[in-house]
Amino acid sequence: MATAIEQDTSTRRGPRLSRTVTGIIILVAAILIVAAFVFLIVGGPDEDAVPTTLGFSLNSFFVWIGALHPLLQIPIIVVLFAMVVGVILLLIEYAPRPGRGYFWMRVAACFLIPVLAFMVLRPYQNSVVYVVAIALLAGAILFFADYRAREGAGYVFQLITFMAPAAILLLTGLVYPAISTFIQSFLDKSGKQFVWFDNYVWTFTNPYGFWSVINTLIWALLAPTIATAIGLVYAAFVDRARGEKFLKLWVFMPVAISFVGAGIIWKFVYDYRQGQQVGLLNAIITWFGGQPVGWLDAQPLINTFCLLAVFIWSQTGFAMVILSASIKAVPADQHEAAQLDGASALQRFFNVTIPGIRGSLIVVLTTITIAALKVYDIVAVMTGGRSNSSVLGFEMVNQQQRFQSYGHSSALAVVLFLFVLPLIVYNVIQMRKQKEIR
Amino acid sequence: MATIDLDTHPDTAAARTVGRSNRKAERDARNKLTSRGATLAAAIIAIVWTIPTFGLFVTSFRPGADSNTSGWWTFFVNPNFTLQNYFDALTAGGTALTLGQSFINSLGIAIPATVIPIALAALAAYAFAWIPFKGRGPLFVAVFALQIVPIQMALVPLLSLFSRGLSIGGVGIFPGFTLRDVDHSFATVWIAHAIFAMPLAIFLLHNFISEIPGELIEAARVDGAGHGQIFFRMIIPLAMPAIASFAIFQFLWVWNDLLVATIFAPSSSLPLTQTLNSLSGTWGDRWYLQSAGTFISIIVPLIVFFALQRFFVRGLLAGATKG
Repeated sequence: MATAIEQDTSTRRGPRLSRTVTGIIILVAAILIVAAFVFLIVGGPDEDAVPTTLGFSLNSFFVWIGALHPLLQIPIIVVLFAMVVGVILLLIEYAPRPGRGYFWMRVAACFLIPVLAFMVLRPYQNSVVYVVAIALLAGAILFFADYRAREGAGYVFQLITFMAPAAILLLTGLVYPAISTFIQSFLDKSGKQFVWFDNYVWTFTNPYGFWSVINTLIWALLAPTIATAIGLVYAAFVDRARGEKFLKLWVFMPVAISFVGAGIIWKFVYDYRQGQQVGLLNAIITWFGGQPVGWLDAQPLINTFCLLAVFIWSQTGFAMVILSASIKAVPADQHEAAQLDGASALQRFFNVTIPGIRGSLIVVLTTITIAALKVYDIVAVMTGGRSNSSVLGFEMVNQQQRFQSYGHSSALAVVLFLFVLPLIVYNVIQMRKQKEIR
Repeated sequence: MATIDLDTHPDTAAARTVGRSNRKAERDARNKLTSRGATLAAAIIAIVWTIPTFGLFVTSFRPGADSNTSGWWTFFVNPNFTLQNYFDALTAGGTALTLGQSFINSLGIAIPATVIPIALAALAAYAFAWIPFKGRGPLFVAVFALQIVPIQMALVPLLSLFSRGLSIGGVGIFPGFTLRDVDHSFATVWIAHAIFAMPLAIFLLHNFISEIPGELIEAARVDGAGHGQIFFRMIIPLAMPAIASFAIFQFLWVWNDLLVATIFAPSSSLPLTQTLNSLSGTWGDRWYLQSAGTFISIIVPLIVFFALQRFFVRGLLAGATKG
């Protein structure tokens, strides 16, 4: 905004040249960071390295707060976190302003924050020098890029400050682990030996792996279609029923129940024992003079369908609520026009309502599909993967917790990732299309 | 629902009459639209959907001896009512924690794990919506696409970061956290939940924040407000519906989560889901305890859900009904 004067001084020698100079300086600094990093690695391991702190660190804070009563921890962490966010917002508000004082504020923020951030992680003594150097260089790059920004000084600074917390979380928590898991899927159990595709071969040939792939595919294909179909039918009925809100409530309630709770609720339905049945299903069967069935151990695939029923039961409410709202958004005059043309209620439903809610249908289907692919809790609670009822999301945790087979677990994860990929790609394409329409 | 604002109007009585006739007209219209068949069909589905939960609910109030020998439906013939199961379940040990203790842990995990990701995601969503920069579109798509990473894929590397720290090529750079001997350490669970919530939170909040009219923001800028003030004084209040509805969802996800807690929570900080799961194993056939335990774990989500229903549907609709 009010940075026109500063811009003038920074781009006096023509914008192109100054861009190049800025680029070169930033590149040099980046090379220096890489160099510092290489020196750090080449330094070799130090067996008895000691962590260094400034007298306080993230770890000491966690140790301190962890000793308190859980209910006391809630307000403390929330207030402290709010203070941190407050500081971020103050920096964003004041640091970009033109003027000498604000200029120094930016300098201080750029150099101090990275150093502080690295120091609260307690770097080992032998790497402190390099870590601090990297932090200072990163700060310098930030400051310089900001100073020479086309939009004026302070622009890049506030952008980075807004984005940094989320970016750090995403990079360390999702991007790095995903890459690391991918690499691990080609290593053996110990994580030292490169074994090419052995883990993948294991995934498709070992009964555990094979059944979890098959079951996951069944889950991903059936769960969304059935849950959405029932949800849609129910939404259509409820739309013309008395006591709509009340009726919706009962079908939506399972959405709020945890999968652990749902698993226990349904274990009780499927319960199998000798003599007097207490599980509903077997009670009905014995009522009609049949033999009770051990539902959760019934193979092939019967137990998978039993688990699937629980998932569908919990997701139908979600589909119903969204579809119900979008059914109401379909313009009434379209229905009237179709009625005048002599379309029956069923024809109207298929030719007016369904095309009208196509967008929401896709959202619901993809959401439930992704949830079905990642399912873990239901299988863990109800069968623990017994009798070939395992799915990928459960089997990888099982492999890693019970057998410490990180290679197998990672290969299963990558296979799961490949199943999710097309869905997300499709969603991204849809997102782009919507942007173009706007 | 067209209700008329009954503020201190001189014409309150008239307004009330209008309101009454409006509501009557609405009721008549609705009665014309509803059909008996649809009501019946919907009621049947609703009953089928409720039976499993209802069965367990009834079981939780029956004495143990009854539940183990007869089905819950016999309760109506032979009503024996007791609250003992709930006391037993809350104080039953068997694992490291009783259900009562882990109930408190669940609160300790879920509240911060809701606040932290939403605040950070709102910051990022604002930058994506209102600060133009090169590569904004692709970067946003990339953040959205991170939902692709199944939680299970990130578990092992993240766990080793927490416990062993960062070392590259055998050179230790940062050590891990030493939280093994701490009484109730939730730090790693908070961080893990915050990370996994991030992509969806940024996406949903961005959808809402980018819909806020640009003229409002421009006007504030002309008045000399910086991005910090605009974010804090305008965006947060305006985006409150979206923030509230996502907060409810996030809270429920965290409260109901089993996987993240299994991996990241130390044994003294296990939440309700985890304790319930291990107890239901050790309780085996004792349905009276399992059922009471299950309802103890469902109480909070149901309270949240009934109290905040309005937000729920509104939040679900954010972005869903653009078609």
